[in-house]
Amino acid sequence: MPRIEESALPGVGIRYEFNTEDGRRIGVVHHRTGRRELFMCEPDDTDAAVVNMSLSEEESHALSEALGGSTVVANLANLQQQVEGLAIDWLMIDERSPYADRTIGDARIRTRSGVSAVAVLRGVQAFPAPGPDFAIQAGDTLVVVGTPEGIEQTQEILRTG
Amino acid sequence: MDESALFLVELGAVILGLGVMARLAGRLGISPIPLYLIAGLALGEGGLIPVITSDDFIGFGAELGVIFLLLMLGLEYSARELVQGVRSVATAGLVDFVLNFTPGFLTGLILGLDPVPSVFFGGVTYVSSTGIVAKLLDDLGWSGNRETPVVLSILVFEDLAMAVLLPILGVLALGATVASAALTVGLAVAVIVVIIALVARGGDRLGSLVFHHSDEVSLLSLFGLTLLVGGLAEGVNVSAAVGAFLVGIGVSGDSVSRARSLLTPLRDLFAAVFFVFFGLQTDPGDIPDVALAAITVAIITGLTKFAVGWWAARRVGIGRQGRLRAGSLLVARAEFSIVIAGLAASLAGSERLAALAATYVLIMAIAGPIAAKIADARRPHVILA
Repeated sequence: MPRIEESALPGVGIRYEFNTEDGRRIGVVHHRTGRRELFMCEPDDTDAAVVNMSLSEEESHALSEALGGSTVVANLANLQQQVEGLAIDWLMIDERSPYADRTIGDARIRTRSGVSAVAVLRGVQAFPAPGPDFAIQAGDTLVVVGTPEGIEQTQEILRTG
Repeated sequence: MDESALFLVELGAVILGLGVMARLAGRLGISPIPLYLIAGLALGEGGLIPVITSDDFIGFGAELGVIFLLLMLGLEYSARELVQGVRSVATAGLVDFVLNFTPGFLTGLILGLDPVPSVFFGGVTYVSSTGIVAKLLDDLGWSGNRETPVVLSILVFEDLAMAVLLPILGVLALGATVASAALTVGLAVAVIVVIIALVARGGDRLGSLVFHHSDEVSLLSLFGLTLLVGGLAEGVNVSAAVGAFLVGIGVSGDSVSRARSLLTPLRDLFAAVFFVFFGLQTDPGDIPDVALAAITVAIITGLTKFAVGWWAARRVGIGRQGRLRAGSLLVARAEFSIVIAGLAASLAGSERLAALAATYVLIMAIAGPIAAKIADARRPHVILA
């Protein structure tokens, strides 16, 4: 993945950009007003944009969806930025896990690590806000929120009990 | 008609006229500020149709205009942007000051103005127009260009320089002694540093104090606070404009975009009144006398400003075309030049300074965008707006 450079445009907003394989610079200016400006440069002069296009917030979500970028991930990343020290992770329940086919309450995750399980993903189904009596199965993915250390502990708990 | 009816008719006609001017400026793709100035020059004493007689209210509106302009300038940048901006372009910022303040100052002296009004004219030729630059960036699609952060950082530096310059000018305008001037300026700078440090560290205390989910409450609180601080600043001889600027810097974080959308219409209205008032106060009869000097200094400071942008862009490895764009973008002078010239109104010899500043801004507010458009004309560019 190309490295995205971020630069502050004081009074205007923030600019994100990267160089494509064929030497073009492409990027987006996030204006303070919420408007996004997409721009592209030619390989022979990467200083200046040759195409500019304005997008509203919704339109840029639609475009990134069409391009295959996941807005869910972006939103979660946002959430993480907003709350410093908060981590979100997806933990797979292994079939050897002592808690496969037992309830979330049995694992006492919150008591032992301070981490909350906010959802369980099973195949294409999602169960938001599972209660302590929710039975987890091997192959489920647990979406957890907490401190990075707490999440590591949780991973350990789910693996070894 | 009785006096108040006449007054309303007069005021209505003027503001309606400004609306026509703003529309014309939009059609021509230029800044409306030179047109406001021309309107003021034409309607005031010694103008083509001297209709305006009761300028007390307009004078008060003009004062509010300066306060709004500076409050919005303070809101323009966050404390973090200010600190980073100054660090990243300190050298270029100082070069900018020396190259663009000096020609104005010397012109004042050569024209036989006293040193104090000459310092004011140095300020007039120094500060680029943030408003015109922002509009050009948008119109020409330059936000994505590599030289743009450099240009904007120079504007941030000028913004902070204004915070230091305005109290100095305010004290000079009062004719204070050197000792008391030094004290006032020291005080102002200390307050600015403390506020920026607090805001950069502590987040949004002032914002959460002033803002409320009701726009009405927010607007009244912010406006009241600004007037209060401005008045207190004026009371200790630091000009209300600086007080307003400090409030602007103090409000940060999430509340800034709210503040901006609440204040922009008020700023537009009262700033327009301010520009007209400045034109009204200026006698067009003084202009022929200073026109040659204004044109000369316009050419010189057009070139020095261009040189600053060119040089600053070259230092960060921008190519020729980008340096051309950076240089041309900074040329325009407008709103803050008039603010500085307006502060000098109480000085002896301010009539010639006003005529000089008005002529200078008329030239630079029009020449700046033209220079930028010439720099842009060199390559094909598609803006899908």
